[in-house]
Amino acid sequence: MRREYTCIICPIGCDMTAEIEDNEMVSLVGNNCAKGRVYVQQELTNPIRTIATSVLVKGGELPLASVRLNKPVPKASLFKVMAEAKKVILLAPVRIGQVALQNVAGTGADLVVTKHVDAIH
Amino acid sequence: MENKDVIIIGGGPAGLAAAVQLYKLGITNILILEREKHLGGILRQCIHDGFGLQRFCESLSGPEYAQRFIDEVRELNIPYMTEVTVTEVTAGRKVTAISRRGVMEFQAKAVALTMGCRERTRGAISIPGTRPAGVYTAGVAQSYMNLANIMPGQEVVILGSGDIGLIMARRLTLEGAHVKAVFEVQPYPSGLPRNIEQCLNDYEIPLFLSHTVVDVKGHSRLEGVTVAQVDEQYRPIPGTEQEYNCDTLILSVGLIPENELSLGAGLTLDSRTKGAVVDEDYQTSCTGIFAAGNVLQVHDLVDFVSIEAERMALSIQECFLSSQFGNAEIEIVVDASISYSVPQKTTGKKDFTLSLRPKRPGRNCTVFVKQENVTIARKKFAKVLPAEMIQLAIPAERIDPEKKLEITLI
Repeated sequence: MRREYTCIICPIGCDMTAEIEDNEMVSLVGNNCAKGRVYVQQELTNPIRTIATSVLVKGGELPLASVRLNKPVPKASLFKVMAEAKKVILLAPVRIGQVALQNVAGTGADLVVTKHVDAIH
Repeated sequence: MENKDVIIIGGGPAGLAAAVQLYKLGITNILILEREKHLGGILRQCIHDGFGLQRFCESLSGPEYAQRFIDEVRELNIPYMTEVTVTEVTAGRKVTAISRRGVMEFQAKAVALTMGCRERTRGAISIPGTRPAGVYTAGVAQSYMNLANIMPGQEVVILGSGDIGLIMARRLTLEGAHVKAVFEVQPYPSGLPRNIEQCLNDYEIPLFLSHTVVDVKGHSRLEGVTVAQVDEQYRPIPGTEQEYNCDTLILSVGLIPENELSLGAGLTLDSRTKGAVVDEDYQTSCTGIFAAGNVLQVHDLVDFVSIEAERMALSIQECFLSSQFGNAEIEIVVDASISYSVPQKTTGKKDFTLSLRPKRPGRNCTVFVKQENVTIARKKFAKVLPAEMIQLAIPAERIDPEKKLEITLI
């Protein structure tokens, strides 16, 4: 069976065509680099994604600090990650790189802060 | 009146990159003027990742990408002022700005315009119907959600497949809203393929091409929209109308360079880019006034905004060193296969990077830069999309100063 993929690893977004038999990739054309092959392989076995959201901040100059996953998690657990992120409240000041939540929803990935939020004076 | 070597208007990605580069080149009597409370520009609300893959070889969120430059600005002690709005730039490079502290005036040797762009609104595309609450541009919805913690709505229709609209489709879905569909008037998507994949397909949000919103319903709050298919001339086809109940309509229908100050200074604008006409030094029609980033041409990747701003900084330094502010007379023209080019003029004395956008999607095409029948540069592309800017190097030594440059995509 032939299947079309658009690589999401970088902004080039290669259009790839894979020949698939019994859920195994037999051949792949269209990828400009090796990451495309890894991506299709991953899509066949266990699609993974990273997402970004925000968590609440108390006493900050902004109500929210943006966060993102430090590594991709199975696509199926994205909404569980969101539910856990909603429960987090950080105390200002908050710094980029700070871990907002470890091992989110048992995925092994952490939610990491991506924006400095100073405390309100 | 204070004298400055360079006044940089706007502290977003272009302004920050220009400031850092100027400072490193030894031009230190500079000042960044920023309207918002914080530096960083639009990146502050772009919390998704994918920024910096070209520049830093890692996938950063918008705020992180901006912070890398802000940290450099702070380390180098580059002067900047926030909550300052520039109200006027004259052709003679006098800059007037206001803040709570009062009115300030600067005389600059050079002005760097890095104000970014604005979103096209409902008014700009003339959608008929009532005028209820619940109709937002994608960037406004993004600022509500990512900066102010306000949810724009629950039942959502998106018009336009620009990247911000696609990003917001995913963001709204993750926050529990129901995004019913994305409609695009063009027969092809205007956002990047990877965003179609990871923002729409991942969440089974349908994308309808050659469709537009023909009616908006509701009084105090949006109640629904009517959508119709369009023909090749973008005219709605009678009989194809469909009703969608929704409380929110997100518009992602394009960006336009922020031109108020440019118009005030009397700069010549390009009707295609909607930004200033520039030469290969990023110098506008006004001597000593330069432009880079989204105020010049709307980019699809911030990495390219930073690079463009750094090239502009280098040009400003070269102009200062040589005391020569170029007088570009060689025209650069594009044919019907290309939407626009930047720069639009060149002196023919310097190698430069030409940026352009194809008008239509295509495969296995070549960009030719010619002077009459002589090809002076060419570049092959396996795939071109209007959503993706194309760049190629133009060697000055091959340019005949007597003839214009003609660009075509075949």
